Amino acid sequence: MNVMYFAWVRERIGVPQENVQTKAATVADLVAELVAREDRYAAAFADISALRVAVDQELADFDAPLAGVREVAFFPPMTGG
Amino acid sequence: MQVRVQQAAFDPGAELAGFAVGRRDIGAIVSFTGVVRDTSGDLRHMMIEHYPGMTERAITGILDQAVARWSLADALVIHRFGALEPAAPIMMVATAAAHRAEAFAAADFLMDYLKSRAPFWKKEVTLSGAAWVAAKDADEAALNRW
Repeated sequence: MNVMYFAWVRERIGVPQENVQTKAATVADLVAELVAREDRYAAAFADISALRVAVDQELADFDAPLAGVREVAFFPPMTGG
Repeated sequence: MQVRVQQAAFDPGAELAGFAVGRRDIGAIVSFTGVVRDTSGDLRHMMIEHYPGMTERAITGILDQAVARWSLADALVIHRFGALEPAAPIMMVATAAAHRAEAFAAADFLMDYLKSRAPFWKKEVTLSGAAWVAAKDADEAALNRW
C-alpha cells in the first residue's frame, strides 16, 4: 500500500511517501503499526485529532476499512483558498 | 466548467475577460481572487503544497455540487501551488448564473469548501523562519452555513 504524508506530517516522518506492507484492517490499525515502528512516526501521530486522512484520494475517518485500498494519505487540516 | 491546478502565475483580469463569453442565458458573473498577504511584514514567499490527483478530484467534486445547487451556466476554479510571492494571486473562482444571488452564493460556497476541503497546505517562509499556517476553527464552522 502506498502511504503518503503532507505538510508537517511529511516533515516529521521525513519522506513524502513509502510503500508499506501491512495487514491492518483499518486506518487506525495502520497508524498503530507505524507508531510502534519508530519515534518519528510516534511524533507525527501523537495527536490524531490534529490530523486528517484520505483513503484512495477521498477524505475518510480513522475507522475506515483498508481492504482493497491502494493509497492512504495523512495530513493536517487543509488550508487552501 | 474548468478546474486548473498549476504552478504558473495567472492573470485574473484576462481569465475573467475570457469567462462565459457570449453566453446569452446569463445575467450575472461573480469572481473572487485570493492574494498572498504578508501578515508578518517580512514574508519572502508563501509555499503551497498540494496532493496531486486528489486536488483535482476534490475541487471537481466541490464544483459539481455548486453547479447543481445553483444551476450555474459556467464556473472556473484556478489554484496555484509552489512558492508564491507576496501580492501574487493564489487562486481564483468565477461563477456565471442567470441571477446575481445564485452567482454570489455559489462563489461564496466554493471559497468556503476550497479553503477546508481541497488538499492544499500553506507555509509562510519569512526572513526569520518558516511556519505552517494553521487551519482556523472559523473556516470549519463556515461549512455549516451550507
